[in-house]
Amino acid sequence: MPAETLIATFYVLILAAFLGYQVISRVPSLLHTPLMSATNAISGISLVGSLVTAGAHHTIVSAVLGFLAVTCSTINVVGGFVITDRMLKMFRKRETPVARKED
Amino acid sequence: MDVRSVFTEVSYLFASILFILGLRGLSHPDTARRGMHLAEFGMLLAILGTLVNREIVSYEWIIAGLLIGSTIGLAMGLWVPMTAMPQRTALSHAFGALAASLVGISEYYLHGAGLGQFKMSALSFEVLLGSLTTTGSLVAFAKLQGLMPGSPLTYKGQNIFNLSLLAVTIICFVCLLFFPGASVLFYLMLILAFTFGVLLVLPIGAADMPVVIALLNSYAGLAAAATGMVIGNNVLIIAGTLDGGSGFILSIVMCKAMNRSITNVLFGAFGSVSETTQASEGQMREIGLDDVAVQLAYARQAVFVPGYGMATAQAQHVLRELADALEDRGVTVKYAIHPVAGRMPGHMNVLLAEASVPYSQLQELEVINPEFPSTDVAVVIGANDVVNPDARDNPTSIIAGMPILEVDRAKMVVVLKRGQGKGFSGLVNPLFFKPNCGMLYGDAKESLTNLVQAVHNA
Repeated sequence: MPAETLIATFYVLILAAFLGYQVISRVPSLLHTPLMSATNAISGISLVGSLVTAGAHHTIVSAVLGFLAVTCSTINVVGGFVITDRMLKMFRKRETPVARKED
Repeated sequence: MDVRSVFTEVSYLFASILFILGLRGLSHPDTARRGMHLAEFGMLLAILGTLVNREIVSYEWIIAGLLIGSTIGLAMGLWVPMTAMPQRTALSHAFGALAASLVGISEYYLHGAGLGQFKMSALSFEVLLGSLTTTGSLVAFAKLQGLMPGSPLTYKGQNIFNLSLLAVTIICFVCLLFFPGASVLFYLMLILAFTFGVLLVLPIGAADMPVVIALLNSYAGLAAAATGMVIGNNVLIIAGTLDGGSGFILSIVMCKAMNRSITNVLFGAFGSVSETTQASEGQMREIGLDDVAVQLAYARQAVFVPGYGMATAQAQHVLRELADALEDRGVTVKYAIHPVAGRMPGHMNVLLAEASVPYSQLQELEVINPEFPSTDVAVVIGANDVVNPDARDNPTSIIAGMPILEVDRAKMVVVLKRGQGKGFSGLVNPLFFKPNCGMLYGDAKESLTNLVQAVHNA
């Protein structure tokens, strides 16, 4: 791998780490469970790697490994987003202010 | 660069931006759903962008994988109950890590000896982390699901054995950098990493699961980022780093909330320590259901403190009913949420949100603690260590220094508890012996149901 590519890769890695720190430390502890399932779904992006492995058809072994990887990541992507949405739907403000009894 | 590759790269760029915007949306409950829709759209773009890739020559394996994965994912997403979130999360870490690991194995199988030193190190890193996270998460899943005893499994010389196993694994890793063609070493490293994952999680008790889940989350993310380095894919590096970073931040938050270090959680085998030095002093006072109901009904402010016991008893809905009954009588109701209450970060918040408790009533530790002295009744539901005043008062206690919810400062404390047994850490809780504390024994759900009735009659 040429040195320039290597350096560019590290740039991406380090900048993503900084940005991630900034964005994620702002998530309130209220939403930590949805955060976990959301990042899980997002990291299911390893699906794109699995897709190439499964479709490139170098050998049957790599195709089967790729197929398994596609299945696993799709479970995470679909399941992760569905369940995150299910959770976030439940977080609501008080819909109608409760009338307090004054006496 | 032809049109197809440009399309692929552009789709990846947009996906990365949308993922970051999506996570930013999570900084507030009102924007969170919209943020996630952006992230979903980003994911769709990235997948479409990949499918036009020139390297892909046949689609049958892809379609099969996508179909099977979507079916299982959808089924899990729709039907897993909220109380089972910790298990589901552990399982999804296993899937994510396994996918990363499989791609790595396939890359090695195809290119093996031809890999340069940088790629080889990224690949080994990917396979190492991916494999240990897969088996580690499966053990965590088994413990949380109750397929395995939740208590720590320890034996003599465990730490030394585990560390030497890790050392051998790392030696394989280093050797592979110099002899990438030595496939025996690669597969040996693979087997060792799978084994190490099991051994790493076995000695960790169920109460420490919030930290472990967060840590495994971090590993799964880093494995994905390493995959990105191996196949030279930036969106994978970015998404993996975000996931890894989030898991890391969460595990630090969890450790702080327990006043322990990550090393201590991983190698300390907390909970196996049998604390016998402290004899229980005094008598626990049992309190009658009607007494509690009257106290609650005429209180100005009541604070509920939920713990894992509420989750196991599935008591969140009836707790909300009790809160409604109290609010109808003009009582101010709040919920005090300790960061490590439950089995994963944010566990209690999700359960209470499921029971449609408005999130404005869920208060964090720093916010609610100053309010306890002016609280008339604090009700502890299946929580123990997070309200143990020893953490604050007794410097020799093994949980000394752990931030707690200071319910003992409330005018009256009611503890809903199954029986007289000890908490998960095996510690005696002096709270139970304080004069302002009353114990209400029985199943939390049953007790709360009866309380709702009693409050209506009071």
